[in-house]
This record gives sequence, structure tokens and C-alpha cells, in this order.
Amino acid sequence: MALEGDRRAGPEVAPDPAERRSRILGLGGSGRRGVAVAVTSTIVVFALLALVITHSSGWPEVKKTFFDWSEFKASFPEIARAFLLNVKIFCIAEVLILVFALLLAVVRSLPGPVFFPLRALAIVYADFFRGVPTILVIAVLGFGAPALELRHLPTSTTFWGIVALTLVYSAYVSEVYRAGIESVHPSQEAAARSLGLSRGATLRYVILPQAVRRVVPPLLNDFIGLQKDTALVGTLGAIEAFNQAQIDTDATFNYTPYLAAALLFVAITIPLARFTDWLIARDRRRRQGGGVA
Amino acid sequence: MNALELEGVRKSFGRNEVLRGIDLAVAEHEVVCLIGASGSGKSTLLRCINLTEPVDAGRIVVEGSEITARGVNVNRVRRRIGIVFQAYNLFPHMSVLRNVTLAPRTVLNRPRAQTEKQALELLRRFGLEDKAGEFPDRLSGGQQQRVAIVRALAMDPDLMLLDEVTSALDPELVAEVLGVIRELAAGGMTMLIATHEMSFAREIADRVCFLEAGVILEQGSPAEIFSAPRELRTQQFLQRIVAAGRM
Repeated sequence: MALEGDRRAGPEVAPDPAERRSRILGLGGSGRRGVAVAVTSTIVVFALLALVITHSSGWPEVKKTFFDWSEFKASFPEIARAFLLNVKIFCIAEVLILVFALLLAVVRSLPGPVFFPLRALAIVYADFFRGVPTILVIAVLGFGAPALELRHLPTSTTFWGIVALTLVYSAYVSEVYRAGIESVHPSQEAAARSLGLSRGATLRYVILPQAVRRVVPPLLNDFIGLQKDTALVGTLGAIEAFNQAQIDTDATFNYTPYLAAALLFVAITIPLARFTDWLIARDRRRRQGGGVA
Repeated sequence: MNALELEGVRKSFGRNEVLRGIDLAVAEHEVVCLIGASGSGKSTLLRCINLTEPVDAGRIVVEGSEITARGVNVNRVRRRIGIVFQAYNLFPHMSVLRNVTLAPRTVLNRPRAQTEKQALELLRRFGLEDKAGEFPDRLSGGQQQRVAIVRALAMDPDLMLLDEVTSALDPELVAEVLGVIRELAAGGMTMLIATHEMSFAREIADRVCFLEAGVILEQGSPAEIFSAPRELRTQQFLQRIVAAGRM
């Protein structure tokens, strides 16, 4: 944005998609030959790795306890069912975090001495909840809050697990938002204010839309972390995927159920990552590819 | 009644006193050009009139009401005063049409259909109607600056402030923006223009003010200032401009 004045004439020429892809994967610029080299070296590396592992003396034992196909088949349906609880937890928590963290970030960007107490509170909040281990917050809230016997509030471990994750991850996400807000050049605010827009309207229509677009990748990063941390709610006794896997392994002394749980977590984060890439690419196309309003 | 009156306007940034008592009256439909070296206070003066920078002392009166008085609603003042910046400052996440309609819609609460109709009329007037759906990054600098002018005009301002609006443009794009300003002047818009384009100032201005170290050192008709400047400083400044081949 600092170079705004220099951004003069027409649009830049976008690189060819295939070329860009090969650059992202680090295949080098030499096209088909580069791909061939990459594929070959990948096969060689992985073949060597597989050879070393499967010829180690402990391999048969590891194979039996971690990669037992019949165990996998037997435990998978129940773990998948339990995983729905993880999905529920992070879906609800993500919505709450998006709203709450934005509120925190906006409070922290309020100007003037009047708002100092609010700003200070937001800073203390972010510092505190980023510093405390998530599992402690979950334990304190999950075991402590229901003991207060507050009326009108649920006592379920899932509820308090969601609250704890929301508190912790809002601290991270508010920092992400804040970085986005600060990355929007002050001249944008000046332009909006000069048109008569109030500070609030400027934030809503000009600053936040640009800030949020810029922070989608780090935001997703935090959400992937959150999705994995839903397993911590299992420590309260909620039967989510990790807890279910643990129950299964305790029953059979076979660790394959952990593998099943791991695959489920991975299966949900990868599509999310691709979806974000798509969102970012679409936004870039819209802004630079011209076309419809 | 004058469109704009400045009385003893002063402004400092820390120890650096940028405006040291500016007195200026701009009549309705008048076009006043501010010339002077970089750092002479032209931009700061425009930003003070737009209340982007609070003044330290002095009064600014727009259409008879003092805007530097205590308790004045700055948002109301800014609605009446359009400002265009050197770096365009369009909103990159919005189409051209949305850039132009944002303020009328959110500040004046005009219905969407009405603001879009008005915006398209303005864009047509300045040859930009086919760009309504484009995003700013797709436009040339000249087109972006014309959109920025249209965006300011959409608020129906009483007064337009132009802050070196051609300084960031490639030379071949300057003419299209100057054409827009010429058309505004012909339409009777009151304008205060900070510029380095001396021949343009000479052509378009009713009055030219030469700023030097935070004061208006000399002012007069373009003929007086450019052909027979009285002050030594003005003569030196214009000689440098001529030597640089810019007039």
C-alpha cells in the first residue's frame, strides 16, 4: 500500500496457472521435465523410507498394534460417530470466535484516552488467554463452572468445552484481526472520513472488509488448531473421537483406533485448507480480473 | 457571501510550524490555485479546511458558518467539502460504482437506486460509464483519479479541494484528469487547487496564491503572478519551474 502512488497504469500480467502451481510446489520453472524429476525423486525417497521401516526388527509388532485392518474396521464407525461431537464443538466455537474476536480487535483499535480502560482490558485478555495452556482453561471451566450451580446455564461438558475453546481462541484470532486492521493503509481511512463517513461506518465499510480479506489464511491456521484442540474437551469426559479411540484401545490393547481418529481430523482440515485457497483466488480474480460488479 | 474564508490559520507539527497565519477568501464559483515549493504548506492547508488536521489557531468559515468552532460535527462539514488526494485512495475492495455510491448511501441515506442513477450519470459525464463494474486495480492511474473526483462529486459538495491530483500520474495521463477539472470549473464549481502544473494553473485559475514558508506571500490574477510577480521569492520559484521545463 505504501507504493500506492506508483501503482499507475494497467493490471499486471498474471502468471500462467500451471506455471504458478509448479512454482508453489517448488518444481522449478522447466515444465514437464521438472515434474518428471520431482515425481521420480519422490518415489525413490518414499520407497527407501518404506524399505527401512518395514525391515526394522520391531516392524511386525508395530504393524500389528498400529495398523491392524480388522481393528480399524471394527472401531471406525463408532469413532466417526463420536467425531460428530468434535465437528459440532468446532462449528459452534468458530462462529462465536469470529464474532467475539472481532469485537475484541475493534475495541483494541478504539482511539483516544477515553477508551483506555477498554483497550487495556482487551490487551490483558489477549495476553492472559494466549499464555494459559488450553487444557487448563478447559479443566478449570469444565470442572469448576458446573460446580457453581449457576441457574439457567447448562452443566454439560460440551457446553463448557465450547466456552473454554472460544475464550482461548478468541485471544489468538483477535490478534489476527488486529494485524489485518493495522495493515490497511491510513490513507483509506482518510479517504472515507473525508467523504463524511463516521468512524464506525469507515470501520464497517472500508477498513474491516479489507482487513478480513487479508487475514483469511492466518485465520484458517488458527481454526485448524482449534479443530484439533476439540480433542481436549475429551478430558472432561465428553465422548468425542479421541476419547472414543482411547476407550477402544483400552479395551483391546491395540492402538489402531488412534489412527482412525487421526485420519478423521486430517480429513476435515484438508478440505478446509483447499476451500480457503479457493476463496483467496476468487477474491483476487474479482479484483484484478475485472468483470461484474 | 464567500464560499470559504480563512482568518489567521496556523498549524504546527511538533516544533515545525507549517502554516503561519493564512488569510484567504474564496468567492462562490471561484477557482483558486495554490502554488509553491514542496513543504510550503499547500497540502496541509487543504487538509485543515477538510478538518483532517485540526488547526492550532485561526478561523475557517464555509458558506457563512464557522467550521473550526467548538462542537461542530466534522462529518457534516466534510459532506459539503469534497477532497481529492494525490494517491487517489479509492477503495480497492469495491467496484467503481460502489466507490461512488458508498458515501451518498451511508452518509446521506439516499436509496440505492437513486445513488446508482446519479453515479452512472456522473461517470458518463466523465467518460467512465463502461468502468462502473470494474475494480480500481484494473484501471489506469488517470482513470482512478477521475473516479476519485467523481466519488467526491457524488456528495454534491459546495467546494472541492484538489491536492496535487496529477502528481502521481504518468505524463500522458495528466491531460485526462486536467480535462475533468476544466469541465468542473466551467460548471461553476468552487475549487481550491494545490498544483505543480503551472500552465494549467495559468489557464484555469481566477486567482493564484503563491505560498512560501506557511504564508501566502503573493496573490493575484494568473497574468500578474506568472508575468509580473512582485516578490523576489515568487520570481525565483517561477524561474526554477521554467528551468525545469515545467512551464
